[in-house]
Amino acid sequence: MILFLFILVLVLGAFAAWLSAAWNKKLPRWIALMVLVFELAMAAAFWADAGGGDAGWYVTFIRPWMPRFGISFSLAMDGLSLLMLVLTFFLGTLSVLVSWNEIKERTGFFFFNLLFVLAGITGVFLTMDLFLFYFFWEVMLIPMYFLIGIWGHGNRLYAALKFFIFTQAGGLLMLLAILGLYFIHGQNTGVFTFNYFDLLNTPMAQETGRWLMLGFLIAFIVKLPAFPFHTWLPDAHTEAPTAGSVILAGLLLKTGAYGILRFVLPLFPEASQFFAPYIMLLGAIGILYGGKLAYAQTDFKRLVAYTSVSHMGFVLVGAFSFNELAYQGVVMQMITHGISTGALFMIAGSLYDRLHTRELDKMGGLWPALPGMGVVAMVFVMASLGLPGLGNFIAEFLILAGSWQAQPWITVAATIGLVVATIYSLRIMQKVFFGVSLREYKLPDLSLREVLMFIPLVIVIIWLGVYPQPVINTAKPATPAVAVHFTSK
Amino acid sequence: MNWMYLVPAMPFLGALLLVLFSKKIGKTGVSLIGCGSVGIAALVTIVAGLQFMNSGLQQFSLPLWNWLSIGSFNIGITLHLDALSLAFTFVITFVGFLIHIYSTGYMAEDPDFARFFACMNLFVGAMLMLVLADNLLLLYFGWEGVGLCSYLLIGFWYKDPANGAAARKAFIVTRVGDTAMAIALFLLVQHTGSLQLTDILAKAPTLWTAGDATVVTIAFLLLGGAVGKSAQLPLQTWLPDAMAGPTPVSALIHAATMVTAGVYLIARTNVLFTMAPAAQATVAIVGAVTLILAGGSAFVQTDIKRVLAYSTISQIGYMFLALGVGAWSAAIFHFITHAFFKALLFLGAGAVIVALHHEQDMFKMGGLRKSLPGVFWVFLIGSASLAAIPFVTAGFYSKDQIVWLAGASAQGGAGYWIVAIVGAFITAMYTTRMMLLVFYGKEKTHVHHRPGLSMMVPLYILAVFSTLAGFIELPHTLGHVTLLSDFLQPVLPAVVTAHAGTALEWGSQGIAALLCLAGIYIVWRVLPIPFPKEVKTFLKDGWGFDAAYNLLFVQPFVQLARINRKDVVDSLYAGLAAVTKYFHRMMSATQSGILRWYIMGIVMGAVVILSVIIWRQYTI
Amino acid sequence: MITSTTAGLVLAGILFTMGLVSMLIRRNVIFMLVSVEVMLNAAGLAFIVAASRWGQPEGQVMFMFILAMAAAEVSVGLALILQLYHQLKTLDSDEASKMNG
Repeated sequence: MILFLFILVLVLGAFAAWLSAAWNKKLPRWIALMVLVFELAMAAAFWADAGGGDAGWYVTFIRPWMPRFGISFSLAMDGLSLLMLVLTFFLGTLSVLVSWNEIKERTGFFFFNLLFVLAGITGVFLTMDLFLFYFFWEVMLIPMYFLIGIWGHGNRLYAALKFFIFTQAGGLLMLLAILGLYFIHGQNTGVFTFNYFDLLNTPMAQETGRWLMLGFLIAFIVKLPAFPFHTWLPDAHTEAPTAGSVILAGLLLKTGAYGILRFVLPLFPEASQFFAPYIMLLGAIGILYGGKLAYAQTDFKRLVAYTSVSHMGFVLVGAFSFNELAYQGVVMQMITHGISTGALFMIAGSLYDRLHTRELDKMGGLWPALPGMGVVAMVFVMASLGLPGLGNFIAEFLILAGSWQAQPWITVAATIGLVVATIYSLRIMQKVFFGVSLREYKLPDLSLREVLMFIPLVIVIIWLGVYPQPVINTAKPATPAVAVHFTSK
Repeated sequence: MNWMYLVPAMPFLGALLLVLFSKKIGKTGVSLIGCGSVGIAALVTIVAGLQFMNSGLQQFSLPLWNWLSIGSFNIGITLHLDALSLAFTFVITFVGFLIHIYSTGYMAEDPDFARFFACMNLFVGAMLMLVLADNLLLLYFGWEGVGLCSYLLIGFWYKDPANGAAARKAFIVTRVGDTAMAIALFLLVQHTGSLQLTDILAKAPTLWTAGDATVVTIAFLLLGGAVGKSAQLPLQTWLPDAMAGPTPVSALIHAATMVTAGVYLIARTNVLFTMAPAAQATVAIVGAVTLILAGGSAFVQTDIKRVLAYSTISQIGYMFLALGVGAWSAAIFHFITHAFFKALLFLGAGAVIVALHHEQDMFKMGGLRKSLPGVFWVFLIGSASLAAIPFVTAGFYSKDQIVWLAGASAQGGAGYWIVAIVGAFITAMYTTRMMLLVFYGKEKTHVHHRPGLSMMVPLYILAVFSTLAGFIELPHTLGHVTLLSDFLQPVLPAVVTAHAGTALEWGSQGIAALLCLAGIYIVWRVLPIPFPKEVKTFLKDGWGFDAAYNLLFVQPFVQLARINRKDVVDSLYAGLAAVTKYFHRMMSATQSGILRWYIMGIVMGAVVILSVIIWRQYTI
Repeated sequence: MITSTTAGLVLAGILFTMGLVSMLIRRNVIFMLVSVEVMLNAAGLAFIVAASRWGQPEGQVMFMFILAMAAAEVSVGLALILQLYHQLKTLDSDEASKMNG
């Protein structure tokens, strides 16, 4: 029941926020904040309760929906889902705080969309029915489209449309693959069902399995996004309002990674292994290419957006190296990337608040004016270049140490990505905070609200860097068998 | 020894406090926390060190908490104390403490006083983690941590973009080496399933035979990390530029401690290098080539700090040479003495620079012997040690040991010996040149500010140590003291000599001493040395490495980034969109809105369909 | 040999073609409507001819349908033409091209 509650509270909260706007424009944000704090508390309590247990599935919730077609409203949670949920509510809470003053128009509808997209994401992380999964996959798409299209910056309609078309095209391929799997399973066993657990180990021809796997995979790597499907991301991230960027980078991209871990690998073990080298290659190309493009950007948010492409390349490299270290690294990377990139977008948002620009060339020399923000930015820039002691390092080290055992040369290329990461990350600090200021800024340093946003982020990223074991323990029972095909000696 | 964790913890705590409360505690508070944390660390080190030596243990580990544990792969946050790490810890905390004290005077006027001490404390903490790490991942944590602090401190005066560029260069170039090192770690994880140092070193001989391709690869990759951090060929280019930072930073990070991390790494993994003769020979060659090249560059610099920077590169080259010929403890010996005298020289140079109102050009100095007598004397002691004046200086004993073993050790040879002796000759020459330019001759810039007590006391203490430190290890021929090598014995195997002999050793020492004195004499007589202008520029620019790297790596990357700023892949999708739009326009052109066109269309369509049907009727 | 059936169908064909051609060349909407009527009647004539040829009643039934439909069509068509004239002050069909793509 608690699983259903996770989604229900968000949906109800979304409508409440929308309706309350008619009464008072400031009410929706309070409602959104309360809803998300409640959800976060609920998830955290659940984690504290279940944490480290060896049970594969903590809790399940199944109600028949359209039994005729084998569709059920089936939710289940294991360690991976739990971690993703905690991340969702954590970043969700922060994204409400980020939008506190930024959104001035149609606040009710904004927070409705914000909560609704989070509801969609929650559904994606919880559902164990492929039809329902597709349903939630689309549910999170539409509110996001509105978030970008209505409250975004200059070129928002273009960006929103591009985001929509890319994800939708990928989603349709996935729908085809889901239906294909459904019918093949039905024909071969006589049971027509969308249930995830039943569809595992569906007997099918090798060729068919590969095609179906590609259908799923393309949907997920468009969302991830991997080279060469990444081009929607810079536009969407750049034009979205800060909260939108945080959710996009922190959570929506993770649904792609989650999909790979949850569906692609377990449903199509043979095909996954067959395609693994090519996919890892794509990942490595993404790491280097994304990093190179990040270096070339002059728009702060665009730069950070390309770093996402680079960082998500690690996910792809790790997920397809079938190794426990790499698997844990991927889970870690999903979390730490959400936090570090989310934080960088928040910094971009805070700077935009003060300077009304995102152009790096118009910044510079901000350290004396904003020392507090400088320190926070330094922490997350360092996280982004993979400095040990911060969470991202653990993630990247584990991924690379694992993938080395599968594909040494691709790993070497990915490791060179660390140098590229250094180059583009340091450029941020230099362009924004160091150098000479163009004019004498009289800017307020971090406000109380911003301190409340950034301090938890800093604490979490350091915590993940020096004591990641709780996360590792939680993710461990959720490891799909295929993910550890080659174990380390 | 169980409270040894205080050694790295105190500086970290100091850094945290300084970041959080910098505005509330004032300059005195900042100085107290900044120096106090490192001071406590130094005290704890001394106490723990004494306990350790008395306990008779060979090594002591202190597990703090479990960092990572995945399946059989376990990494703990564990501190590891043995002779080698104790030697490094002592130098780091002790020299670090002196430099912190000095900085309270040097940086007194700086508005970012608190930030400076926060970064310095963070550095000391990270450096201590590096040398106290029980496993390579924790070592890597310290390794990158010191890189970060080095970046922050080189770019400390961030208003000048050149400083920022130097800082980024330092970080990026060392990161290239770190990448190699990271790959070495992956290999070790794959083959040994562990990153714990004692584990690896114990397992290595059972896993591989000497010269096995895997272990050679690992050793080479580790060497890649070491040359990056220690500014050796081919990654040495960042260190001269790193002099953009405040002088105490150069003393602490870019002379005494961080740049010797590479030496530490190789000494720590000596088992792997011994098993990989090709890699170990490369270490020696890298050291030998670097010490000559850097010495040559030091000879023609005009900036006093750049002289010292190149001299640092050259001296670390000696340490690498020693490591490469298997003279492990000789390298550590030179590290210790070098830390003292080079810190002394940098701090002395800093005193001169402050006295002359931030003037670093040696040709604008001169005659300071009279106006800054205190600084002159300590600088003289430091220079004597660097130049290795026989018998009375620490530098003589440590460098002489390397020179001798470069020839005498089993892996050594005449070639190494000649390089080492030539290097010593060059060292004596550029040191003398520096002394003469700065302290002798006519006074060219007026001294406007004399260094205060907080700056002079650390200098005096370092001057004492620059002399005394040499006597912990004396050669067979001169007293035969082996305190240090005995102390390091459990960790670092003793050197195997092949061409030993008392007469030979005397000869080596005699030649070294003579060449040193000859170098001093020559420079004394013929300054300024006549060099062709082209040669001078070439040497001054560090043998053209910077230009080559710029051409080979930096420019291609920057140009590629510039050309492809808009992401060529996106144009693929934009092209797809354009094609769709084109078809859209074509189709919409048929929708003219003119009714008769539509009728015409219907008619033509009907005609076509009818004709097809009729034609088929009559042909089939 | 031209039978009455053939002659009737040829006449229907000629009428239809005339209607069609005048529909294509006329710009006045009223004339176009008239042309449509001519074509409808041509189709009706063809049904009548066919009915008499086969001696069946369905052809005449169809003609009744066409008649009813034509009446409805003319009334709707004229109403639209009236509206069109109000809007555009002309009966030129080419002017009413606002629904282009």
